[in-house]
Amino acid sequence: MNVIEFANLRYRWKGQQQDILNIAELQIRKGEHAFLRGESGSGKTTLLNLLAGILTPTSGHIRMLDNDFHAMKSSQRDRFRADHMGVIFQQFNLLPYLSIIDNVSLPCHFSKMRKERAGDIKATASRLLEHLKLDNEFQQRPVTELSVGQQQRVAVARALIGKPEIIIADEPTSALDTNTRNDFLSLLFDEAESQGSTILFVSHDPYIAERFPRVIELEEVNQR
Amino acid sequence: MILLKLTWQSLWNRRTTLLLTILSIAISVSLVLGVEYIRKEARQSFMNTISDTDLVVGARSGPVQLLLYSVFRIGNATNNISWDSYQEIAQHKWVKWTVPLSLGDSHKGYRVLGTNTDYFTYYRYADKRELAFLEGKPFAGVYGAVLGAEVARKLGYQLGDKIVIAHGAGSTSFSEHKNKPFTVSGILKPTGTAVDRTVHVTLEGIEAIHIDWRAGTPIPGLEVSAEKAASMNLQPKVITAFLVGLKTRTAAFRLQREINEYKPEALLATIPGIALSELWRAIGQFEVVLRIITFFVLIAGLLGMLTTLLTTLNERRREMAILRAVGVPPSQVFFLFVLEAVIIAVLGGILGMLLLGVGILLSQPWIAETYGFYLRTWLPQTNDWLLLSVVVGLAALFSTLPAWIAYRRSLQDGLTVKI
Repeated sequence: MNVIEFANLRYRWKGQQQDILNIAELQIRKGEHAFLRGESGSGKTTLLNLLAGILTPTSGHIRMLDNDFHAMKSSQRDRFRADHMGVIFQQFNLLPYLSIIDNVSLPCHFSKMRKERAGDIKATASRLLEHLKLDNEFQQRPVTELSVGQQQRVAVARALIGKPEIIIADEPTSALDTNTRNDFLSLLFDEAESQGSTILFVSHDPYIAERFPRVIELEEVNQR
Repeated sequence: MILLKLTWQSLWNRRTTLLLTILSIAISVSLVLGVEYIRKEARQSFMNTISDTDLVVGARSGPVQLLLYSVFRIGNATNNISWDSYQEIAQHKWVKWTVPLSLGDSHKGYRVLGTNTDYFTYYRYADKRELAFLEGKPFAGVYGAVLGAEVARKLGYQLGDKIVIAHGAGSTSFSEHKNKPFTVSGILKPTGTAVDRTVHVTLEGIEAIHIDWRAGTPIPGLEVSAEKAASMNLQPKVITAFLVGLKTRTAAFRLQREINEYKPEALLATIPGIALSELWRAIGQFEVVLRIITFFVLIAGLLGMLTTLLTTLNERRREMAILRAVGVPPSQVFFLFVLEAVIIAVLGGILGMLLLGVGILLSQPWIAETYGFYLRTWLPQTNDWLLLSVVVGLAALFSTLPAWIAYRRSLQDGLTVKI
């Protein structure tokens, strides 16, 4: 099954003469963790927002888990994102006023589906954190006392809770040093694999690419 | 529900700013409600001054002026009216009772009112309440005096004390009727009206102290002793005004017309309720001004809140992106800001009410002591809740600006905010 499918996708910002994205075809299968590499200005950001359903293509189609985004209203795409996607940002992933557990459980409050899949939300959040090497003692700390690496792992737990099919990671390792980065990637892969989520990892960092079964060079697929 | 929790936690995270914002709204709310309350109390107290009197009659002037000097003891009568006219009207078939009033003298700044014991029987204030004695009883004999509550309290008089009345209404009059002191026979309970600030004496007493006076000064070489004066004919020839109670209230307008057309003397009869309303309208303009001022204070408080909301917009950009990422639609981002404003306004409003209630409770004894004005305990009325909901509504309205900005941004930023 294809998790993500692009067909003749074009996107052009208002007032621009040229398309920023023009992708004739792109498919990512379930479990096929993909590394999407592109320099800044290559349309990565736009692509992410299209995938998340926040932007809609100027023309062409995006199909996610056999749902045609084109046929959905923006509120339906918001719902789809809540149900089926986990997002990890570059940094500042957490709400400083929520506890670690509450940060992790956040998606369950906006998606019934993920709430049901998570079961006992707190226990699931705690178990996920533990798998990500953040034990009970850590879980009691205020978010603001965590290191960047720890914050990113909490963000992974939040993205994974309720077993969403797609994990979108936007340069989540750029603020981490090499060792932390490797640990982070291993933990991310292990957890995603164990619950059957497909990772779409966006970065400009070629050194991470080797760990992914599939690498997509944005410059190559994008025919602008 | 989760939005409420998020808003609350987010607010709690910014509690210092939040507290100041709430406080500024609380102060403006307590000011608006307080002014409204004082306005009502002042009006009430004003309207309470006289009750159950159908007509006030005096020399011809204006109804407001007549009411001011006869009931509020403010200003002076332009003219007196003759005892004969008074008697004639008092005998009228529709008249149930009359109370004569004779003004013009003072005691240490307080007005002295010459009257008779009918005053204590018929005078009513507030909601037909009778005058009550704190101690003592109405005056008996020529040189008896009954003190209003404030007079007794401020000047420290007790029953049996002797007081000397000064000629004229000023507080620094040097011509005193020293040879004929009055003895305090009673002290009235506080009424919250001009009665509290009045020294009541007998009409005969007023006559007696002026028996050896002409044109405002003692007649040289003619000094009549108090005892001798008391034995003389003390039937007054003139009085300042009188109050009239009728057998049937409906006769008031007809008798008023009759008195106003009374041939032997130029008289004026006025219906107190009507004159009071007229007087309040005249001096009540300040109400409008106060209301406008407090309205602007309220707007200033809300603008303070708006400023706070707008300044937090940037630091909360990341927060909004995270919420968008977990599937919060832009409409709920909008709602989040409105919810925040509503919470701030509700808390501010309730704190404002508390401030006002406690403030009035604490200042009650002081105000009663200083102004003889008893403020009733403040409890929110329907109007106050209505005003509170207007404040909350305005806050929600104001918050649509930051909410709209956040909404626009969350559409543009999507998942990729770079800070």
